[in-house]
Amino acid sequence: MGYCKPYGIKFISWTIVGGFAGTIGLDPHLLYTLSAVQILALLNRLDVLDIEMISEYVAGLQNEDGSFSGDMWGEIDTRFSYCAICCLSILHCLDKINVGKAVNYILSCKNLDGGFGATPGGESHAGQIFCCVGTLSITGSLHHVDRDLLGWWLCERQCPDGGLNGRPEKLADVCYSWWVLSSLIMIDRVHWIDKSKLTEYILNCQDSENGGISDRPDNAVDVFHTYFGVAGLSLMEYPGLKPIDPAYALPVDVVNRIFFSKF
Amino acid sequence: MSSDEDEWVPFSRRPEWSDVKPVPQDDGPHPVVPIAYRADFRETMDYFRAVYLSGERSHRALNLTAEAISMNPGNYTVWYFRRLVLEAVDADLNDEMEYINCVASKNSKNYQIWHHKRWLAEKLGPEVAQKELEFTKRIFAIDAKNYHAWSHRQWVLDALGGWQNELDYCTELLEDDIFNNSAWNQRYFVITRSPLLGGLQSMRESEVSYAVEAILSNPENESPWRYLRGLYKGDPNLLICNNQISGVCLQVLKTKHNIIFPLSLLLELLCHGFQPSTEFVSAVEALRTSVPESSSTSSLANTICSVLEIVDPIRSNYWSWRRSHLPSQVC
Repeated sequence: MGYCKPYGIKFISWTIVGGFAGTIGLDPHLLYTLSAVQILALLNRLDVLDIEMISEYVAGLQNEDGSFSGDMWGEIDTRFSYCAICCLSILHCLDKINVGKAVNYILSCKNLDGGFGATPGGESHAGQIFCCVGTLSITGSLHHVDRDLLGWWLCERQCPDGGLNGRPEKLADVCYSWWVLSSLIMIDRVHWIDKSKLTEYILNCQDSENGGISDRPDNAVDVFHTYFGVAGLSLMEYPGLKPIDPAYALPVDVVNRIFFSKF
Repeated sequence: MSSDEDEWVPFSRRPEWSDVKPVPQDDGPHPVVPIAYRADFRETMDYFRAVYLSGERSHRALNLTAEAISMNPGNYTVWYFRRLVLEAVDADLNDEMEYINCVASKNSKNYQIWHHKRWLAEKLGPEVAQKELEFTKRIFAIDAKNYHAWSHRQWVLDALGGWQNELDYCTELLEDDIFNNSAWNQRYFVITRSPLLGGLQSMRESEVSYAVEAILSNPENESPWRYLRGLYKGDPNLLICNNQISGVCLQVLKTKHNIIFPLSLLLELLCHGFQPSTEFVSAVEALRTSVPESSSTSSLANTICSVLEIVDPIRSNYWSWRRSHLPSQVC
């Protein structure tokens, strides 16, 4: 979906129904619609969007039970609730959906360990927890979270090597530095993990010769894990990095520009 | 549907495609990051774009989507178009299910494939419930924690039924690997949702015994400890009254090994009003030999937190937070 330079905007592909696709010629999907909106927010070019049309597209994917489908084919997942709500919030259009029902759907996915899954009854997974806690954070509904129980489950994700895993008995992976840490920050429990050991883990996943960050030490680097590693370091206030907002996954100055600048 | 690379014939040399003009990908005049597609991939997608744009819903279009999928199963637009074609040509959806099972076995972590399966299963209805459950079983035999397969299985049970042997299946998976948190989660799903078992309250007693047994075999296993608490979610008064639960904490603590989870659960019990006998006090006291500064006047809950700060150093901030936020009655 394009790339991050101002003149890359023309490469962002959008479709007649208002949503964005992964690339030119594909069908629209909530995942790419949020990415497109986030990228334009980063570039301070939300003005190129037809906000009315996009917000109608996103709002149209809400189901009767409050959940969201990813596209017209109806796959339902709490990831899509996050995509929809984050996107509409950035566009100042949350009034177009039933926020109460959306929150209730998220709460129906809460588990015995305080975490959240993809659908009601689905196993708690740190990635899904980010989506659910992020949705609750954006909608001002964090009071529904059992912060101490969830916080403990999240800090139990720190492995002896310092890295974080996404579910019990799984290996640590740099991407969870983002999913777990951002969730812990949103529920105000990030001081429960050992930050210096996690920082060390992320830095150990760097390719010190060619750059980039991998999922775990000595693996091949990729752009996703590089993002998650840098974002995780930013959440831990690593020197030289801009602060990142844990709910919107955008730099704090961008979020401030979206919500506090005059139009 | 020839996907074998040795036999692959370019579309431009297939007579049945001679009437179609391929549509190349439009990357604009100055592509920023051109992708070095393989020639067969590029050509297949050029023909796919042609039929997609012309809206041709035919058997050859169906075969074309299968070739495109074999090259990139993550292209969700190809799947989307395939469903339109399946509907238009009135295809046999049981054949389609066989096809998708084949694709899914090779790509078990692909969202599009599982969604396609669900779309089919929904159309085919309850008669395929058993087959779908069997299919996820085959996936679990390779990867017992595959999140997509678990989501699919839960959906099948909810939407199409087939609950009869589900608890036994969970037991079977846990016999293979008692640390499998996905299977523990499924167990909780079954006892709380199965229409055949009478719900959480009627299952509580037997499930407590099951979890306690699992704990005693592997006290370091996080899952059954959490499961025990889940059995009494919203009912802490009943949790503290069950002697089996306080008993398993004591039993593990006495071994002086793997004490993190029993100490944590005991702390929970105390915070909800559990009155410890002297046996609990001495079991915890016995653990604090290595805690230098704890004074003999501190409460049991306080001591538990101090011990945990030492034995679980990576989470020492958590345990010290717990210590400073103890309810007044246990301070």
